[in-house]
Amino acid sequence: MSVAGLIARAEHAVKGPVWGCQMCGQCVLHSTGLTCPMNCPKTLRNGPCGGVRADGHCEVKPEMRCVWLKAYERSERLPVWRGHIDHLRPPVDNQLKGSSAWLNLISGRDRQVPGGWVAGPDVTP
Amino acid sequence: MSHLERKLSAREFVVTAELPVIDGGGHAEIERQLEPMRPFVDAFNATDNPSAHAHCSPLAVAIGLVQAGVEPVMQLVCRDRNRLALEADLMGAAIHGIENICCLTGDDVSAGDEPEARRVFDLDGPQLIALAGGLQGGHYLSGRRIEPAPHFLVGAVENPGTPPYEYRVRRAAMKAAAGARFLQLQICFRPVLLERFMRVAHDTGVSERLALIPSICILRTIGGMRFVAHTVPGIDVPPETVARVENAPDAETECFEIAYELASHALAQPGVAGLHFISFRKDAGIAKLCTRLGIPPRIERETNGYRASVAV
Repeated sequence: MSVAGLIARAEHAVKGPVWGCQMCGQCVLHSTGLTCPMNCPKTLRNGPCGGVRADGHCEVKPEMRCVWLKAYERSERLPVWRGHIDHLRPPVDNQLKGSSAWLNLISGRDRQVPGGWVAGPDVTP
Repeated sequence: MSHLERKLSAREFVVTAELPVIDGGGHAEIERQLEPMRPFVDAFNATDNPSAHAHCSPLAVAIGLVQAGVEPVMQLVCRDRNRLALEADLMGAAIHGIENICCLTGDDVSAGDEPEARRVFDLDGPQLIALAGGLQGGHYLSGRRIEPAPHFLVGAVENPGTPPYEYRVRRAAMKAAAGARFLQLQICFRPVLLERFMRVAHDTGVSERLALIPSICILRTIGGMRFVAHTVPGIDVPPETVARVENAPDAETECFEIAYELASHALAQPGVAGLHFISFRKDAGIAKLCTRLGIPPRIERETNGYRASVAV
């Protein structure tokens, strides 16, 4: 296995049990109250959909609390990055699935956006 | 520039309505559905597989609406199409002169009658808004140029009636930052929640940045009320409202009264740019409700001017 593959495995071993990491390869945990948005059944990157139940549970999985409700509450409690939840995150780059977000962070690959993504990597309202 | 864009830019009161779903019957069916509400409505939403049930596509229906001589608002949801298909439909709309676009995340496939379908959600609602903005800026998401660039009035939906309540206005602000210029708010059967949303939007200046259009749903039967209360994701109907219809001598009259009360309340909120009406069946309910609310027909509003009488 390549070094990159080994690092990806190590990353998943750490982030899988703690955050339910789905190895999207472009981690945004810091801006989502350390809640992985890829656990949302709709894999939404920019906040809760309009289908959240009145009890705060997921439209798709009624037994599960809305991922974005947790993200919002936790982001409000974080001492840092609090306002980052309001940033517009770019579409997921599906080419990075399964790769190490740590390596992509170091190389800057996770901040590359399509040439026509007008909003840039991060937009503050 | 679309009629709707011109009106919203001039801060004129707008009436939009959802065209009931089309499942065949050709252009005649679109005309039949339009006929009773046509005089009151500025633009009609062509829905995109609402509640994850398949129907005629929003692009096809929006083209039909243009041919029928009315202005469409083409809804697009992220559930059924990846980014390439969304771009294709937006560009397809543009060549037919369809400029009003409403971007939604969309109900999940599990809400529909084909729950075994693959859910897409390649983009989410705010990303779709930004995508449409990019096309307007003259390029596809890849950066490939488009000449001439299309023109859109991009809008979206926000739900004031579902948690996290205090975050919903911030999400509306995110959509404004992404390029949305109007929000058709989800149907809300709890006036206190709509009031809270509109108040915060007003106090934080969000209603200055994008036109807020609350939705009013006109139901007719107890079955319809139960369907909305128990099946439609993200709509929370108080049990006492359902009981009101169950115990009423005439369900249709009671449903209309509920719609009237909610619409009157919505009109009294600060920063209301218009109303969006949803009536699931072809009937004259929308015209009747506008008349009862004192909202004149479109031509009359345009000739004499109209401001919603705000009774705070």
